[in-house]
Amino acid sequence: MDFTLDTYSLIIVTIIGAATPLLLAALGELINEKAGVLNLGLEGMMIVGAVVAFFTVTSTGSAILGVLAAILSGMAMALVFSFLTLSLQSNQVATGLALTIFGIGLSSLIGKSLVGIAYEGLPKLDIPYLTDLPFIGNVLFSHDILVYFSIFMVFATTYFLNKTKSGLVLRAVGESHDAAHSIGYPVIKIRYMAALYGGAMSGLAGAYLSLSYSPMWADNMTAGRGWIALALVVFAMWMPSRVLMGAYMFGGITILQLHGQGLGLDVPSEFLSMLPYLATIVVLVLISRQAQNNFAPACLGKPFYSSH
Amino acid sequence: MMQLKLEARSMASTKMTYLSPILAVVLTLISGMILFASMGHSPLEGLYVFFVEPITSVYGLGELAVKATPLILIAVGLAIGFKANVWNIGAEGQLVMGAIVGGGLALFFHESDSAWVLPLMLIGGMLGGMAWAAIPAFLKTRFNTSEILTSLMLTYVAILLLNFMVNGPYRDPTGYNFPESRMFAESALLPILLEGTRLNLGSLITLLILAALWVMLSRTIIGFQVHVVGQAPNAAQYAGFNHKKIVWFTFLLGGALAGLAGLMEVAGPIGQLLPTISPGYGFTAIIVAFLGRLHPVGILLAGLLMALSYLGGETAQIEMGLPIALTGVFQGLLLFFLLAADVLILYRLKLTFKSAQGVN
Repeated sequence: MDFTLDTYSLIIVTIIGAATPLLLAALGELINEKAGVLNLGLEGMMIVGAVVAFFTVTSTGSAILGVLAAILSGMAMALVFSFLTLSLQSNQVATGLALTIFGIGLSSLIGKSLVGIAYEGLPKLDIPYLTDLPFIGNVLFSHDILVYFSIFMVFATTYFLNKTKSGLVLRAVGESHDAAHSIGYPVIKIRYMAALYGGAMSGLAGAYLSLSYSPMWADNMTAGRGWIALALVVFAMWMPSRVLMGAYMFGGITILQLHGQGLGLDVPSEFLSMLPYLATIVVLVLISRQAQNNFAPACLGKPFYSSH
Repeated sequence: MMQLKLEARSMASTKMTYLSPILAVVLTLISGMILFASMGHSPLEGLYVFFVEPITSVYGLGELAVKATPLILIAVGLAIGFKANVWNIGAEGQLVMGAIVGGGLALFFHESDSAWVLPLMLIGGMLGGMAWAAIPAFLKTRFNTSEILTSLMLTYVAILLLNFMVNGPYRDPTGYNFPESRMFAESALLPILLEGTRLNLGSLITLLILAALWVMLSRTIIGFQVHVVGQAPNAAQYAGFNHKKIVWFTFLLGGALAGLAGLMEVAGPIGQLLPTISPGYGFTAIIVAFLGRLHPVGILLAGLLMALSYLGGETAQIEMGLPIALTGVFQGLLLFFLLAADVLILYRLKLTFKSAQGVN
């Protein structure tokens, strides 16, 4: 591989591509968890989002409809999860797992007729003049709208959590649901909304995978990204700016695996493919060592039951 | 406005503990009929092909046992962890490691016809699974790292490792460059118990282990400790039960059984190492554990039912051209319905009528 500026910009562009679905899903889960809801079903919501987006785009030709359909399908899955865990008080861990098992089966069922269909990918938003800049143009201004949206959402999420009243209420519900309930906030309703938002973001992350990152449908194409996104939230100590950092770091590791041979790394591809998963474990260990999970919302994963 | 309210029962309903799995199965069957109808098939024919036809022959019953064996073995190990609130979600990876280690022994001794090869492989399989399960247990007890995420990540690592092995060190030297090992020698295969089926010694071993664990859970101190740690962590602490010990114990036991299940797959129905040796038994076993109420007898029944869903998926694929993925959909639905029905154990459902302006 020649190390020209173009190669570097190509590598950076692929890192951004690998990071974006992780960033979207993790930002959604972060809001979920800030409200006290632990949804382990990200992988399931993501893969259903991916197949629904691809199905919609290839049958209607409209990318916008595809993205919308993915968001809605993620929300529908999150609604099932919320009804079970919030209304019926089922175990959040088991329900999240069920969501993933169900989602992988369902996506494969829907996607049966989509295998082998090609799609040119979401349109890139070229910005006049800026996109033509050497290197910078490629790296910063040659992406589709979901990439820009994911970065915008980092700032929006930070602002929402720290500067708005709704954000404060959301955090209160996650830190102490009994206190929030006693001063009159509808805990269950707020948790439903947070969970649905998480579903929407996971569906969107799935849409990015099947419409932009590798525009096609393949069984199990999320390949554990939902779980990595979950780990990212822990890594980020529930801070959106650290989610951004973590997602791009993982994007980098994923790309190292793709470009490993080209970069002259004489390691079997399977070992390079293990890197994102091993890195996740290492990162989790480092975080739990320092933080002892002090950053987690106090009521994370705990059911709330109101007697009246 | 009509509203559904939950009313706490003064004590958990024993009747509902047993009824809710049945309710969940019935609801799954009804959803299945709707699903078949929506795909343009007769609902009744669909149910017949999926849930009855696979077991109308002796061969089919043998297959049922073959598929139920790994599920039951893994589920009973996981259930003991779940009882103590230890979430080993990585049984699939432990299964794969069992196959890599135990199956590796079969390849190493492929010219031997010693009767010791198979026992050695069984032990190797267990040790492989245990070693893989030891990692999340160590990280949990030493650094308080979430065992859910670490055990899951290790599953992906194990599958990639298997891929590497069958493409590299384990690849059949006399084959055609396919990513698979040579077929195991006769001495490395589990003997068939019933002529004309694939029912093998593995199913018998599983039944014996199930019985032994039942005794352990109901009659021994460690079984009691598992219960208490899960049900009343504070009491357990007061009684001086060592939580770390329980984490290690449940992980190593679960890992050993998953590893054994993986080895018995490659030394049984498969007979060699391939890139894919399990259709997700490690994950489905989680459903089996819950559906079986974390109890050995319940797990036996739940394992048979889940095995039927795999067979049904295959039959429906062959006879009705339906995607094999239907199995996963049914399994997911069943767990959803079970979790939903379980609300009735602790709560009564009450319909209340109030004005639309009513505050809640």
